[in-house]
Amino acid sequence: METIRRRDAIRRAVRGRGLSPADRLSPPEQAFGLTEEQARDLAHRILSRSGADGLEVELESGRRSNTRYAVNRVTTAGSSDDLSVRITARFGNRAATVTTNRFDDESLTAAVRGAERLARLAPENDERMPLLGRQTYAEAPGYYASTADLDAASRAGVAASAISAARESGGLDAAGFLECSAGSTALANSAGLFAFHAATDFDYSVTMRTDDGTGSGWAGSGGRQWAGVDSEALHARAIEKAVLSRDPRPLEPGKYPVVLEPRAVADLVELLAFSLSARAADEGRSAFAAGGGGTRIGEQIVDSRVTLLSDPVEMGAAPFSSPVGFGGGFVSDDNGLPLGQQVWIEDGVLKSLFYSRYWAERQGVRPVGFPSTLIMQGEDRSLEELIASTERAVLVTRLWYIRSIDPRTVAFTGLTRDGNFLIEGGRISHPVNNFRWNDSPLSVLSHLEALSRPERVSVTRKVPALRAGEFNFSSVSEAV
Amino acid sequence: MKRRDFVRSSALAAGGVALVRTPPGRAAAQGPPFKPASRLPSVDPATRDLLLEALDAATSAGAQYADARVGLYLDQRVGTREEKVTNVSEESSLGLGVRALVNGSWGFAASNELSRAAAARAGRAAAATGAANARAVRSPVALAPVESYGEVGWSSDYEIDPWTVPLGDKAEYLLGLNRTALATKGVSFVNSSLHFVKIEATSATSEGTIAAQRIIRTNPSMSITAVAPDRSDFQTRGAVLDPVGRGWEFVRSRMTTGAVEVWASEAVQKLSAVPVEPGAYDLVLHPSHLWLTIHESIGHPTELDRALGYEANYAGTSFLAPPSEVLGRLRYGPDFMQIVGERTSPGGLASIGWDEEGVKAEEWPIVKDGIFVDYQTTREQAAWISDLTGITHSHGCSHCQSWEHIPFQRMPNMNLLPAEEEISEEDLISATDDGIYIESRGSYSIDQQRYNFQFGGQVFWEIKDGKKTRMLRDVAYQARTTDFWNAMDMIGGPRTYQVGGSFYDGKGQPGQVNAVSHGCPVARFRQIRVLNTGAGGRG
Repeated sequence: METIRRRDAIRRAVRGRGLSPADRLSPPEQAFGLTEEQARDLAHRILSRSGADGLEVELESGRRSNTRYAVNRVTTAGSSDDLSVRITARFGNRAATVTTNRFDDESLTAAVRGAERLARLAPENDERMPLLGRQTYAEAPGYYASTADLDAASRAGVAASAISAARESGGLDAAGFLECSAGSTALANSAGLFAFHAATDFDYSVTMRTDDGTGSGWAGSGGRQWAGVDSEALHARAIEKAVLSRDPRPLEPGKYPVVLEPRAVADLVELLAFSLSARAADEGRSAFAAGGGGTRIGEQIVDSRVTLLSDPVEMGAAPFSSPVGFGGGFVSDDNGLPLGQQVWIEDGVLKSLFYSRYWAERQGVRPVGFPSTLIMQGEDRSLEELIASTERAVLVTRLWYIRSIDPRTVAFTGLTRDGNFLIEGGRISHPVNNFRWNDSPLSVLSHLEALSRPERVSVTRKVPALRAGEFNFSSVSEAV
Repeated sequence: MKRRDFVRSSALAAGGVALVRTPPGRAAAQGPPFKPASRLPSVDPATRDLLLEALDAATSAGAQYADARVGLYLDQRVGTREEKVTNVSEESSLGLGVRALVNGSWGFAASNELSRAAAARAGRAAAATGAANARAVRSPVALAPVESYGEVGWSSDYEIDPWTVPLGDKAEYLLGLNRTALATKGVSFVNSSLHFVKIEATSATSEGTIAAQRIIRTNPSMSITAVAPDRSDFQTRGAVLDPVGRGWEFVRSRMTTGAVEVWASEAVQKLSAVPVEPGAYDLVLHPSHLWLTIHESIGHPTELDRALGYEANYAGTSFLAPPSEVLGRLRYGPDFMQIVGERTSPGGLASIGWDEEGVKAEEWPIVKDGIFVDYQTTREQAAWISDLTGITHSHGCSHCQSWEHIPFQRMPNMNLLPAEEEISEEDLISATDDGIYIESRGSYSIDQQRYNFQFGGQVFWEIKDGKKTRMLRDVAYQARTTDFWNAMDMIGGPRTYQVGGSFYDGKGQPGQVNAVSHGCPVARFRQIRVLNTGAGGRG
């Protein structure tokens, strides 16, 4: 059904080199985005045009497709193909970036000249580091045909199945979204660095609402490989939550024990990612700044059962730092920095923070890349077993509209949503109203009581459910 | 990590978000009016060919309606930190997107390739996707009628195109302001940046309108951080200015040395500000703060698609439902509360000539004399409520972030009109015995039906016996939307009216951003619950 072939655009992009791209589409299952060979050739075509001291090229290519449904009908669906390049030119400590999605000779030359012109204009930055040279990267396979092949008809089929399930359950409205992408990211520079990663990803979520407006249930999944995702089980779970959450009983705000489902744990734990900056800590601008100067590395900061790490190989993510997709003006000296398994918190102790190359050199440590993936370890029990072992707690499905209120303590505010229940005597006794909460992930993880087995909740997150002794619900939200 | 992965996987992804708008029949509130530099774009013949090719392919493949756009989207950013330029960048993206309605169902396709063959392929692909979706449709989409305008042009109201100002000059301008901030005793860090957007887009519908439009937007920002000498505390003054649909002249006139001196001194004063005692206070909210409360608690709930469940899986639904029970009935606030939606104000971020469905921009009441009277609509949505409102045409709210995004209903500029008499900010403060004055946007969060919200700010002053006394800190207020607006008892006059806004209002799946402005006067709200966000926010 989708007749625009990514390969057509790729053929045109590499034509300048007289290649026969069809021969170079390898591995053959990579249907969208530049292949490694194509990316290397196109990068060299761009690098060879520059007279700057240094040039960096970042290529992002592929197809993004989606289908959305609501009020028991498909509302929008489509796909978009693009190939874009970020070109960063350097003259000494001056650097600037130009991004374009035009690949004819004239446009590429104009883009390179544009980056050079801006770089000459950019004042000196004495924090600029020299370009990284050739690096060695781990293999992190992340491209799956089952995701790349999700066409409009297949996606409409998933939507139709959710809508049928909602109708058969009587009086439910289904709303959901299935998005997938397939493509590649590549980095190259004039110092000899080349990094490439092809990947697919999907994100699927469904919300079921009762027609009286008093019940709402959510379920979702994300990852790289669509094969093996049981969308009908997700629909059934959302329906069950919607029906169970109907007519919530009032519960006063206050500090309660909570069981957070994996999605809610991911919502909370990922708030730590940006706080893990070594520079902010060293400069006294973070929760991880030590009182007398320096950082809190080596200190016990949360319960000893908490271990938090990044692992691009396990998650099929790019095994290198990449700014592609961050948008715009972020000239980073860390592009292409190898990313491996990195432990942030181990047994409750802060083990590491992320260091840019500049800050690492200044502090005399090795650079550590940004936590692009987050994995939190768990314990060997299911969510159901976790609930069964709970005397009394609020069970939270997911969190919403989270905003920082105090960076000094990593404090945030947000809401609960789409399934809030009271657990009593090891079972869900009844639904309760939603809450606004004001709390810090550091506080929740310090009040930790038990964990479940971790599960993949999104393309970059794998976390368990948890029970914590205290969570601060500051006011009631009437919203359903 | 890719930014979109992070945003998509995160509950942070919830939609969130100064210039001068002349309220209808009232004088401009602030400063001299900017002179328009209208150089209206016209339809380029090659672009027209591509659009017609795409529309023809879609309709030949069975579409009863199609729209298409070719757009060049330019971004330019300059960022600095203290005495260093941290980044200089330019982005450009050019492509074509087509939307087709087949058997009452939508399909969309987009490509960065610009050729007649690629345009035709996109038109057919959009129609094929629409046909595939028709299996999951009960009631077909019906579009409200629209006039055919032929070939038309429109431009933002700007004086100096930011692309005509050398980037080096922009960087030097920011570095000069950073020096001013750092010269203030106690200031340790300063970040400043400029982000400019220029869009040259031509949209066409199968019903005979082709609109060539040029959009210019400017977003200046600065945050100034003061660190206590013993490192026990740090405080930042940010959100100093809001973006506008104007050019370089806005930066020169508003991001000045004098203004930076005030912001820097506020950052330092925040270190010694007194923690707020939780309780109920009368709040005097400056327009630089109040616009965001309007955006979140009036802007989003009045999106008709949202009210009817179309956003249920993402941003949520709305307390303003069902329409038959709230239109013309729900009291939003006091009799003097007038909220208008519009895409026509000069300098407004959501201002446009024609929307993505060929509907001409207009202005209309959303809340009239305190009563909720209308929603934001597109052509698909107009008929859903026309028997309640008597309005059969679209309000022109169809928008897409770029050529690769599907057009759907997005927020127009929405404004709280000032009092007709000249009531000053001083009048509000002197009438307040025990209150808090709040400037600029801080942390903000609101639930998925837009009942319960919590807002912080940047600068808080205690008001005692009619006077601003000392600076407070760690202030946030919580309220229920209609309780809050019904607690509004005073608003300022035209001279207190200012416009705020955001480049980053989020909605939809996949998420799209929309730039939107909100104008309002200073206003007072009685007995609102205030909490202290210090101590991990758990106090």
